[in-house]
Amino acid sequence: MSSLINATPVTTENLLHQVALLKQQGCRLITLTCLDTGDGHEVIYHFAQKYEMIHLRKHVANGGTLISISTIFFCAMIVENEIKDHFGIEVHGLPIDFQGRLVLSENAPRAPMNKRCGMEIDARVPEPASTVVIAPASPPAKEAVPQTPAKGGVA
Amino acid sequence: MKDKVRFDKSPWVVHFNCNSCNGCDIELLACLSPLYDLERFGIVHVGNPKHADVLVVTGSVNYRNARVLKNVYDQMPHPKVVVAMGVCAATGGVFRECYNVLGGVEKVVPVDVFVPGCPSRPEAMMDGILQAAAKLDEKRRNPDVPVAVSTDTVVRLPAPEAARPALPADTASALATPMEKIA
Amino acid sequence: MSQKSTIPFGPQHPVFPEPIQLRLVLEDEKVVEALPAIGYCHRGLEKLAEKKDFLQDVYLIERICGICSFMHSMNYCQGIEELLGLPVPDRARFLRVIWAEVHRMHSHLLFLGLLADSFGYENLFMQCMRCREDILEVMELTAGNRILLTTCCIGGVRKDIPADQMDQILLALDRVGEQLVDLRNAFSNDYTVKKRLIGVGCLTAAQAHESGAVGPVAKACGVALDLRETGYAAYKELGFKTITETAGDSYARMMVRLRELDQCMELVRKAIQLLPAGPISTPFKGNPTGEVAARIEQPRGELLFFIKGNGTKNLERFRARTPTFANLAPLLQMLPGCQLADVPIIVISIDPCISCTER
Repeated sequence: MSSLINATPVTTENLLHQVALLKQQGCRLITLTCLDTGDGHEVIYHFAQKYEMIHLRKHVANGGTLISISTIFFCAMIVENEIKDHFGIEVHGLPIDFQGRLVLSENAPRAPMNKRCGMEIDARVPEPASTVVIAPASPPAKEAVPQTPAKGGVA
Repeated sequence: MKDKVRFDKSPWVVHFNCNSCNGCDIELLACLSPLYDLERFGIVHVGNPKHADVLVVTGSVNYRNARVLKNVYDQMPHPKVVVAMGVCAATGGVFRECYNVLGGVEKVVPVDVFVPGCPSRPEAMMDGILQAAAKLDEKRRNPDVPVAVSTDTVVRLPAPEAARPALPADTASALATPMEKIA
Repeated sequence: MSQKSTIPFGPQHPVFPEPIQLRLVLEDEKVVEALPAIGYCHRGLEKLAEKKDFLQDVYLIERICGICSFMHSMNYCQGIEELLGLPVPDRARFLRVIWAEVHRMHSHLLFLGLLADSFGYENLFMQCMRCREDILEVMELTAGNRILLTTCCIGGVRKDIPADQMDQILLALDRVGEQLVDLRNAFSNDYTVKKRLIGVGCLTAAQAHESGAVGPVAKACGVALDLRETGYAAYKELGFKTITETAGDSYARMMVRLRELDQCMELVRKAIQLLPAGPISTPFKGNPTGEVAARIEQPRGELLFFIKGNGTKNLERFRARTPTFANLAPLLQMLPGCQLADVPIIVISIDPCISCTER
């Protein structure tokens, strides 16, 4: 499997250093991409110097935390909040923390972009309140969304 | 279209974009443009729901905007009609299977007219709004017709924390990790 | 002594065609802080794109946004073509440019109309929308639909534009050109327009670079950043040059788009002139494997798609960074210090596309 050209792997220790170095070289931040790799997450930082793209690749283990680079590039704050929403990764050092509620509201599915919280479970279906399962070994059968759309008395 | 379109009063339209891709919204704007000119029927696009008789909704309902849609509808004075513009507003359209999409707007507000299309053509939109305006007249003439109410089932759904699909153990522990414990 | 108050601006607001909320901290009428509250348009399209077949995704991804829909499918197709190592026929590259530039024109005209509407100049809004109908006519003529063209496919384009339609495009461009003379005059010289736009929502070049501004927002501060310069599709043959302004205010952002309209017309005319004969698509087999970061220039700026294929018909990951997402941070820098009455103009001046931003 071919991967992105010039994607430099970084660790938690040298991430901020590398990013600061890129900023010194006059790079701008395009965005961050998070991937669920199964054994954790992979965060790819996309930078660009004029049109030339530079990527950094950071592995986040399960239960690990990501360090925010918003001290260097403030605009990373929004996308880091989005990653927190979508993947449930804790991001440390966010200047404005939306508490995982930037794009998802309080009653929306949590961390929906993770592979195991996938579409096959249909994250929209609320389970009965009595069955609080921590890690479902096999996804429960798909249920219909309980709906009572009060079709108004138009007639 | 009938050669003579007449309404009791000028139906004013408020537009709410729920979850739309903008396709229907810009076609609705095109309806107001000089080529189609909805205003010749006395239809005016207003920003305030309290001024409006017709609610035009584009796009599907998601967890966050269901509440807003309900608010907008509830603020409109009676009698009022709702037009669901485009296939997303009817069923969710291509986005029906998305995790954050609850479905058509009928889950929150009672819909009087559905306009098909992705996006709907301006001609279809105008026809839809005119049909809605005719329904509005009907409602106005029959004050005995019960008020169609919005529902808050979807707005509250799924209400309690425990009702959410459980996270995988590792993600749940990741969420529970205190900030000091950085990998 | 003034007191601070926070007001929610949106999501249902007369000026915004789309739902976005800004939490504005005000000191009397002056904005001191702005915070976005998004999510009113979030669908979860990235996840759905992983679930669908990568061929079906062309249609799905086109619906990220209805205004610049062709650009989305074009960028996605270019990314998949790169993964498959698929060459695109010359004619298809030129046809893509024609549709892309026509789309840019309709998007910019819509922007100009909405901007005029945001400061209450309804007449100008109507003029822009009338001019835009000529462009939509071209799209309907060539693709069969007014907004979502769905003409781009992996390996080329789905549909050819015959010679007689080319003549009609040129005629439509002439009509648009005539109307643009009046529009340009109104936008660049009108007292109201100048009074409301000059000096409103200023951004310096350093701020733009630092906050990652793209598209007309960056170009208006003198940052020449336009991916068409990299020569994807047929832009290399057409000789593209970035348009920039220096003032960095709302007026400059409007002027960039106004000037780009002329440039788009030139590009379409030139593409029609240089259009080579030949096939319009390359057949292919197999599924995409590997990672690619595909970028093109959308009407609002740089669009990035990260696509990861794993050799099956489903993608491993699809990620979209749309230009409005990048322009949110610059917007938050522009707002503090302005008057509450200017907030709609500043927001509209970045040409926000919320359904792009939230997907």
